[in-house]
Amino acid sequence: MNEVCFKNLNKEECHSLKVYRESGGYKVWHKILQGEITPEEIIDELKTSGLRGRGGAGFPTGLKWSFMPRQSDGQKYVVCNSDEGEPGTCKDRDILRYNPHAVIEGMAIGGFVMNASVGYNYIRGEFMEPFKRFEGALKEAYDAGLLGKNINGSSISFDLYTHLGAGAYICGEETALLESIEGKKGQPRFKPPFPANVGLFGKPTTINNTESFASVPEILANGGQRFADLGVENSGGCKLFSVSGHVAKPANFEIPMGTPFKDLLEMAGGMRKGGKLKAVIPGGSSTPVLTAEAAMAMTMDYDGIEVAGSMLGAGSVIVMDDSTCMVETLTRLAHFYYDESCGQCTPCREGTGWLYRVLKRMTDGDGVPEDIDLLLSVQDKIMGNTICALGDAAAMPVESFLRNFRSEFEYYIEHGRSMIKG
Amino acid sequence: MISDKAKEQIDAWIKKYPEGRQSSAVMEALKIVQAENANSLSAEAIQAVADYLDMPRIAVQEVATFYENYNHKPAGKHTIRICHNISCMLNGADNLIDYLEQKLGIRTGEVTKDGLINVKKVECLGACVGAPMFQIGDKYYENLTEKKIDEILATLK
Repeated sequence: MNEVCFKNLNKEECHSLKVYRESGGYKVWHKILQGEITPEEIIDELKTSGLRGRGGAGFPTGLKWSFMPRQSDGQKYVVCNSDEGEPGTCKDRDILRYNPHAVIEGMAIGGFVMNASVGYNYIRGEFMEPFKRFEGALKEAYDAGLLGKNINGSSISFDLYTHLGAGAYICGEETALLESIEGKKGQPRFKPPFPANVGLFGKPTTINNTESFASVPEILANGGQRFADLGVENSGGCKLFSVSGHVAKPANFEIPMGTPFKDLLEMAGGMRKGGKLKAVIPGGSSTPVLTAEAAMAMTMDYDGIEVAGSMLGAGSVIVMDDSTCMVETLTRLAHFYYDESCGQCTPCREGTGWLYRVLKRMTDGDGVPEDIDLLLSVQDKIMGNTICALGDAAAMPVESFLRNFRSEFEYYIEHGRSMIKG
Repeated sequence: MISDKAKEQIDAWIKKYPEGRQSSAVMEALKIVQAENANSLSAEAIQAVADYLDMPRIAVQEVATFYENYNHKPAGKHTIRICHNISCMLNGADNLIDYLEQKLGIRTGEVTKDGLINVKKVECLGACVGAPMFQIGDKYYENLTEKKIDEILATLK
């Protein structure tokens, strides 16, 4: 446990440059500055490591970095997505607070590999404590001559800046995030062109999640194979899982991919006050909900969670016990997507409103039997019909809640009250 | 409308972006101006930011209304932003919202008579393992209980 992003977690002043360096931090960066590693070697190591995007999409990081036209003239950018806001997710906040230098080094390495001399870390506006922590680390890195122009007399330059959000879940979508850095509403862009060709300020740009960047220095320091071996086939390395909800000790855990869910549940202290496990959302609110049986048989890796019927997402494990009313829980999630839809695509803008209003009617005791089919029909019309994944994210919980817990919805409609809460 | 101190702060943000891309600083500029003007953005404030950053007023208006962290009507000196999303809900956020409303004598969205506090229900603030939680100013308060809320409210002046 805690071998990559969290490896210094229990040390005092773990966020400081001193502690980071004592544990081997910036060694890879120094090698790069001395011309000892080529971009191609780094991409190969990342491919070997099996690192996949930790923000939710799971795209192989090495492959993503290879898409950048590094030989082309002109400015290029690397951007870190620290706009953490998927309900259930709170791992990047802790990386920024407790290991900011790993993010800085990872971004600098990315800048070198992709020939980008400028980076931005987009931090959600509410994360003022992590923002200040990261700014402090940036200052330490500049003062130590680790960032800037022609660093250490080399031909390598890398300037890194923060950008703060202002409260919009959609800005976690990478092209919405770019729009936001440009000072606009965070509305996702149509793809293609992809950011690797036309990104920030119209220039080639690669965007990675905080945890992805923070994993890179450790992977390169010890070799891609060692990282891959920590995990299982197709899911290399460790991953941070945020375990919240009805557990005795909610917390973030960095554990090897492939760890059984039941072991993770035990690490989180088991169920709270003797409650019985009822349901688990394994990857953040956008991923399908699972029954207790499916969850207890699941391993925590991309394929293991897919076999169980859901997705790893950002590793945000929301645990629910038998006191949970699934109708009211889904209503709350539907409200979230209704609130956060950017309004650009009709199926999402209108559909999320329909989903919320129909569910609200149900929890107000005014549901009608046709509402279940209506919900399924609306979610089906959103799914796959929008520019970005927020539409799918709003649709998927609806289908899975209804499939796994349909009788609770039928009861709520028939009796006008919750089967669980009475 | 924008003080010299605020201009200095905005200029520091502008420096982060390429030349001619000062509009990238609009989100921070609006926050800085909002903080100086009783925690809310008037039409004049939005116009002033537009003028300062050489942006069309409507472009600034769009940003000011798209993002959640801007106020367009008077807010309290302290805004309590309480999360009511799933992990907090599972840990009793709704009861704490009721408790706050009773204790302060206001509904969410309202400001106390003395103008000191308003309560806003917000979506996930990314502190789910510390649920239930709220934010006041820059600070997160986690693992809230009624007793803890009493202690926190007593410190708000």
